[in-house]
Amino acid sequence: MTTTTKTTTRLDVPKTYKLFIGGAFPRSESGRVTEVRDPKGAFVANVARASRKDARDAVRAARKAQAGWASATAYNRGQVLYRVAEVLEGRKAQFVDELVRTEGLKPARAQEQVEAAIDLWVWHAGWTDKIAQVGGSANPVAGPYFNISVPEPTGVVAVVAPQQQGLLGLTSVVAPALVTGNAVVVVPAASSPLVAISLSEVLATSDLPGGVVNVLTGDPAELAPWLASHADVNALDLTGAGDLDWVELEQAAAETLKRVVRPEPGLAPETPQRILALTETKTVWHTKSRL
Amino acid sequence: MTEPSAALAPAERAVQLLGGDLSEVALRRHLQGLPAVDAVGLEARAAKLGTRSIKTSSKQAALDLIIRMIDLTTLQGADTRGKVRSLVAKALVPDVSDPATPRPAAVCVYGDMVGNAVEALGSAWSAGKDDGINVAAVATAFPAGRASLQVKLQDTRDAVDAGADEIDMVIDRGAFLEGNYGLVFDEIVQTKEACRRADGTYAHLKVILETGELVTYDNVRRASWLSILAGGDFIKTSTGKVQPAATLPVTLLMLQVVRDWERLSGERIGVKPAGGIATAKDAIKYLVTVAETCGEAWLDPHLFRFGASSLLNDVLQQRQKLSTGHYSGPDYVTID
Repeated sequence: MTTTTKTTTRLDVPKTYKLFIGGAFPRSESGRVTEVRDPKGAFVANVARASRKDARDAVRAARKAQAGWASATAYNRGQVLYRVAEVLEGRKAQFVDELVRTEGLKPARAQEQVEAAIDLWVWHAGWTDKIAQVGGSANPVAGPYFNISVPEPTGVVAVVAPQQQGLLGLTSVVAPALVTGNAVVVVPAASSPLVAISLSEVLATSDLPGGVVNVLTGDPAELAPWLASHADVNALDLTGAGDLDWVELEQAAAETLKRVVRPEPGLAPETPQRILALTETKTVWHTKSRL
Repeated sequence: MTEPSAALAPAERAVQLLGGDLSEVALRRHLQGLPAVDAVGLEARAAKLGTRSIKTSSKQAALDLIIRMIDLTTLQGADTRGKVRSLVAKALVPDVSDPATPRPAAVCVYGDMVGNAVEALGSAWSAGKDDGINVAAVATAFPAGRASLQVKLQDTRDAVDAGADEIDMVIDRGAFLEGNYGLVFDEIVQTKEACRRADGTYAHLKVILETGELVTYDNVRRASWLSILAGGDFIKTSTGKVQPAATLPVTLLMLQVVRDWERLSGERIGVKPAGGIATAKDAIKYLVTVAETCGEAWLDPHLFRFGASSLLNDVLQQRQKLSTGHYSGPDYVTID
């Protein structure tokens, strides 16, 4: 049997991109999908469009996973984040292809973005066991005590990812939250949902515990208010919410005293301050020995 | 083992149904003559009832009703008096952010904790009246039921003397599975008698079938009939110590028995699923099943209860969501 004489054309097997909640890939409970088309208007894929109930489920999954992720050793978290970079490296071609098809980039530019994202994961992996030294301090006090401040994860962080540069933008908001042990519910850029779900597949196979990152593809304007007002979310990262009514979101977040990161240009990415923005400072007093 | 022809204690309901000279043979003939359960049909029916959508004002009503139907439970070996006091405090004020929150029907504790629960409830204790919170006690060597009859009866009397309004007894599953229906029957009848208070009234008797150990739906149907005939006021699915605990199909089946008994005798028996019902969403499925099987008259804490500990917190979070418009979280309810 030869394949060279084959006359039939093979049918396409288009992929349905689903949500990423609690380590699983469910469809939206609402059953809704959005069609993704390339810049020329050709059909690329169907992507699940998350509803407020998916957001609720994602927060529940994040809450369940957060304590375990925060109690992993910093060294272990670093290994996991580095593993993400490794797995991403092996699947570079897929990400380049998806960026070309959804963001209309030239392959060379797409490749640059993917490589920048991989490097950003590596950069953050290195910070897991160093951020406490930079963000923490030994405080001088008037008494025979050690007084030590250390940064601790804020908890469950809801994120609106940057609307440009889908993969790099997503990495630049998710990775800093993960460094210290937060769990994340992220709404990726509406324009590039494919790379967000493909990144979820990378995360799911990189020893990241299920639920630590949850990805809700859909309309940020629909989902963000529910996340901003959700009482079980501890911080709200509005980096990509510049086009939304983010003042209202910040007000809703204030109702439950959430930590808020304002939209771009807020905090510069790839800085220790960006990582420390999603931490709480714990200060401990301990008696000194009187020997 | 009792002789198959041995006479049984003359429980009123059984005498009416099976005739004056009540014997184990007659009881066995009745139980084994019950029609077999269509397991596939039962599960399909339960699954179908679970798809019903209950929204807005109906959901509000359902959540309040669920709270009123809860037997707030702590049944751990590690229970302390402090734990029982905090359980009672939770029953008295389920949600500090909303004083209009209804109270659960009862607190359910081990027999030796009844006195503490009664004391902690103070004036909120129903003490047999219809308003207030009941104290329910598990008895008869809960959860295994592996003790002599004297021990089981004394266990029951102690709880009743200490003030228990309701007794949750376990049946002897070993005897039941051996086919020794007479023994199980007599134990229920005698436990019922042990529920008698000094003034001649009775503590309510809930009979725990422990359906997770009865293996088949047919056995659940037989055990339900047996418990009703022997004088149980409620039939309860499980102790919560055995998996699977309460499931929707099993509860549906027990509700069908209760409905059939009402048609036969005009008397209403209660049903209590217990164990494993942790979310308001699941609890609403049970309410739908109750209403569709026995009618809305059964949507009443006198006739349907949830045995649960973590369910209350989830229902409270759902109530908070309805009243505030945003999702609540576990930080806004008590840690149990």
